[in-house]
Amino acid sequence: MTERITKSMAKNIYYGGGTFALMIFIALTFDTVHQIPKRSNQQNMTESVVAGKKLWEKNDCVGCHTIVGEGAYYAPELMNVFQRRGGSDVTAFKAYMQGWMAAQPLAIPNRRKMPQFHLTPAEVDNLSDFLIWTSKVNANDWPPTIEG
Amino acid sequence: MKYTSQMVAKPYFIFALILLAGEILFGLLMGIQYIWGDFLFPLIPFNVLRMVHTNLLIVLLLFGFMGATYYLVPEETESELWSPKLAIITFWIFVVAGVLTILGYLFVPYATLTELTFNNLLPTMGREFLEQPLPTKVGIVLVVLSYLLNVSMTVLKGRKTVITTVLLTGLLGLAVFFLFAFYVPDNLIMDKFFWWFTVHLWVEATWELILGAILAFVLIKVTGVDREHIDKWLYLIIAMTMVSGILGTGHHFFYMGAPEYWLWIGSISSAVEPMPFLLMILFAFTMSRDRKIKHDNEMALTWAKGTAVMGFLGAGVWGFFHTLAPVNMYTHGTQLTAAHGHLSFYGAYIMIIFTVISYAMPILRGRPHGNSAKAQKVELASFWMMNSGMLGLTLALSAAGLVQIFDQRVGTNLIGFMESQESINGIYMVRAGFGLLVFAGLLTYFYSFFVKEEAQQA
Repeated sequence: MTERITKSMAKNIYYGGGTFALMIFIALTFDTVHQIPKRSNQQNMTESVVAGKKLWEKNDCVGCHTIVGEGAYYAPELMNVFQRRGGSDVTAFKAYMQGWMAAQPLAIPNRRKMPQFHLTPAEVDNLSDFLIWTSKVNANDWPPTIEG
Repeated sequence: MKYTSQMVAKPYFIFALILLAGEILFGLLMGIQYIWGDFLFPLIPFNVLRMVHTNLLIVLLLFGFMGATYYLVPEETESELWSPKLAIITFWIFVVAGVLTILGYLFVPYATLTELTFNNLLPTMGREFLEQPLPTKVGIVLVVLSYLLNVSMTVLKGRKTVITTVLLTGLLGLAVFFLFAFYVPDNLIMDKFFWWFTVHLWVEATWELILGAILAFVLIKVTGVDREHIDKWLYLIIAMTMVSGILGTGHHFFYMGAPEYWLWIGSISSAVEPMPFLLMILFAFTMSRDRKIKHDNEMALTWAKGTAVMGFLGAGVWGFFHTLAPVNMYTHGTQLTAAHGHLSFYGAYIMIIFTVISYAMPILRGRPHGNSAKAQKVELASFWMMNSGMLGLTLALSAAGLVQIFDQRVGTNLIGFMESQESINGIYMVRAGFGLLVFAGLLTYFYSFFVKEEAQQA
């Protein structure tokens, strides 16, 4: 099969094909960057949501959990934890989060453990706001079920 | 060894192998914590184990690529390295920065580490694989720049070959795409989108160029096949890589907040992504069949063929399993991703490092004909131990992923994540067992370096 292809043909496919793919990729990148604010409801991204994201990073939450399907696979997906644990009710979810974060690590032998992060109640609220905001992102109907 | 400056590759290779031992060790610890959640907790929580595991992988691959480059560039360009001294200084800077970072992960709580390392000035930490503190990230940039400078200057003054051009393009891409590690928008979705520019475009585009160049170099050396012929294959492989890999980034954009058209673009281009790896198999086996010389270092060719096969399985086949958008809807964020990650990193990248070390290290140690037959026998045993260990581990993780999908995502009787994970516990034990086999294989590999040469080799 490769007998008929010469080195210069192969070279041209590499440079031509590579450049072509890169150009499409760049064009679509511009379009995606333009669409993401709408799809993620950036207008609802309050200071508290941003503070929550910073806390998420500062404590390396993604080192155990997944969010929007990405991260580690040691602990539950959190994109839809607002629906799963808060029943999509802001007050109920925030109360749940305060209790949950304070109770860590759970004293159940050999259950996977979440460390105690010593967050203030205001910080836990930031985290809740961040997760609520994330739960409303348009991710093409992912996750498929509430169990994520 | 034709050029004395090739010697600088040696410390890079040795350190890469030491880091690999660390990586696997931490992998084993994670494997145990998966089964017994109290293991090492709260001493080392899971996220810290994982950070050490994945960061060691990234850094060891960079050391391996650098070692490979410093070894092959003088031979390809037919001239000494521009500055062997710079290569050695860079080595030590990278070692110190790497070790300090790992110690930081292990002994300082991550939140404190972010405060100590000026993360508030330019927040870049706390993202998967890019957990490094700001000074480490800046250090990586400096190390890569010095490496690029050294290689470019050598290439500029010497003979230009397709291999060095492809290698340099890959290195340049590596450097450019790492810069996205410094861009962290407040919007999580935008953040994720650009995060992939580093992560995907490293492993599924630019690193494949580096892989292709190293593979081509070793194949020329151990098969004696005409360079023109090898070059054509190399171009074909990387052409397929670029055509499929760049737009293949789209398979990460299915379900993370990016627009719908990625469902199509990602699915179609990543269906082509196994192609470069399939070509690599054809390449390695055709060159081996058509070889002009029979090199005494048979293990180097064995590793080269192994890289192509295992890379195809891990990156090609296991990637394809879950790369079509309708399938990925169910597999996204499950152990199937971990299965694919393990086999592809091992098959494509760890194995190319083994390939080049297996070829170059004996020469650097004054054995131009390769290690003794006895040492090669030990090495071959380690080859099979590590390969079967990684395959077993991958199959176990795939089974875990499937159970997870049927538990949490398909049908009506759904159970939650933690419950599902408990039901998978037995599979995780199997996984840990295969992990042990990989580790035993690595120790066997290390042992092969110390097998005494037979008194008289014909």
